[in-house]
Amino acid sequence: MATDVATEALVVDLATESVRELNQRLHDQGVPHSVRILNPGGKHAIAVGIDQPLEVEIAGHVGYYCAGMNKQATVIIHGSAGTGVAENMMSGFVHVMGDASQSAGATGRGGLLRIDGNASSRCGISMKGIDIVVRGSVGHMSAFMAQAGNLVVFGDAGDALGDSIYEARLFVRGSVKSLGADCIEKPMEDKHKQALHELLGRAGMNGQIDVSEFRRYGSARKLYNFHVDHAGAY
Amino acid sequence: MCGIAGLYLKSEALQSQLGHHLSGMLEQLSDRGPDSAGAAFYRDPAPAGSSKVVLYSDDPGYDWRGLAAELGLAFGEVDGPAMRATHAVFVVDADAFEVEEWLNQRRPELRVMSAGTTIEIFKQEGLPKLLIERFAIERLDGTHALGHTRMATESRVTTQHSHPFSTGLDLCLVHNGSLSNHNRLRQKLRREGIRFMTDNDTEVAAGYLTWRMREGASLEQALEGCLDDLDGFYTFAVGTVDGFAVLRDPIACKPAVMAENDDWVAMASEYRAISVLPGAEDAETWEPEPGRVYSWTTARAVA
Repeated sequence: MATDVATEALVVDLATESVRELNQRLHDQGVPHSVRILNPGGKHAIAVGIDQPLEVEIAGHVGYYCAGMNKQATVIIHGSAGTGVAENMMSGFVHVMGDASQSAGATGRGGLLRIDGNASSRCGISMKGIDIVVRGSVGHMSAFMAQAGNLVVFGDAGDALGDSIYEARLFVRGSVKSLGADCIEKPMEDKHKQALHELLGRAGMNGQIDVSEFRRYGSARKLYNFHVDHAGAY
Repeated sequence: MCGIAGLYLKSEALQSQLGHHLSGMLEQLSDRGPDSAGAAFYRDPAPAGSSKVVLYSDDPGYDWRGLAAELGLAFGEVDGPAMRATHAVFVVDADAFEVEEWLNQRRPELRVMSAGTTIEIFKQEGLPKLLIERFAIERLDGTHALGHTRMATESRVTTQHSHPFSTGLDLCLVHNGSLSNHNRLRQKLRREGIRFMTDNDTEVAAGYLTWRMREGASLEQALEGCLDDLDGFYTFAVGTVDGFAVLRDPIACKPAVMAENDDWVAMASEYRAISVLPGAEDAETWEPEPGRVYSWTTARAVA
């Protein structure tokens, strides 16, 4: 590990240093505010469990669970990410400049995940408050059992979008191959357009797209709510 | 888990380094499959009319020279044995079917790892590092190769249970996942005359492909048949005489990454296995869609 004299950034080269050493530094107090990670080489669990407002940039493709459990930090990946990027994020901002593999943002409770390319299957599975913005398309079973938060997709969604969804909001601009159980289209009212506009602003994407082009999907609330008409069935 | 690696070279200049690059990919997949490792290389074609077989014996003192002499009496010209650890490569002046049939009858104690004109399959228990060292994999040349690292879930860890599995002449299969209807399907395929050496699930998938293609299906059609007839999880990579094909089950629990540049096409369970290839950082990289057959033949992508 070395400190770049000009920028005072910590520079960590994963060709020569271990992910464990890197993550320990990111957890330590007094680490430089700005961190640059070189040669990630698809390694797993890079920059997980950060709990301080660092700015971390990763120069290349990362493996599984990058920026998992993130709190407060900004993590920018100059490449694509493997399974479970920003899984269980609590707060902060994770930006994937390439594509993301399966289960991006899984179980996330807060913060914002921006993906510039496509995300594959199960994007936002069991999301619990995280906001996810995907400039490309998402694969099948996205937002499966989603509980809270927003999933915004500029492109298309695969099969069974929002299957068994609870209260998350889904905004898709392109086509939806099929909706999952208990997921329905809902009217896009002004308040939803405003909320979407505000979210895209936080993602640094305002002015790129007209929010009225999106359609809104959410829970029909028939699967998880107790329905009094069915009382006799129990 | 299990790890899969496939590498197809478009650049002739890289062909002498095929073994080196596949070795790098396999080592990256060590922790996905520490139980056994294997590789299929497409290299050094047998002369027209001849065929190449790779044989395995668990007897380290096996009389391979005696076998060569007998093969010579039966078929005429024989080149071999070219030894790689426990495996012996023979080039025989006869049709591969005839040679395999002869071996099955005369030398049932031997296992035919692969048969065809260019394919050579090498596999054994243990980490990829061990396979690479014992079989001198780094020094192998060729046009394309598949590799596998196994984490056993449903049958024993032996050389015979290792991947790649031969699925016919110059064909092989590697698999990440597990099949749940393999017992019943094995019974059905046995009735169709397909031979099985183990109780392994992947061998059944290999036998299924062999059967479908014997009945006239193309490789693509046989793979599409897997979507209907196989129950379970799988990412498959199939090696063919002039390329390879990839299929993921529709649920796609098992990972796969593909990448391509001007010099090569690669597939692997994870990007880190591709990251060791020259120019990987700038190659076009994507995740194959579930339930869709991807195939490459002689530097032309047919998706």
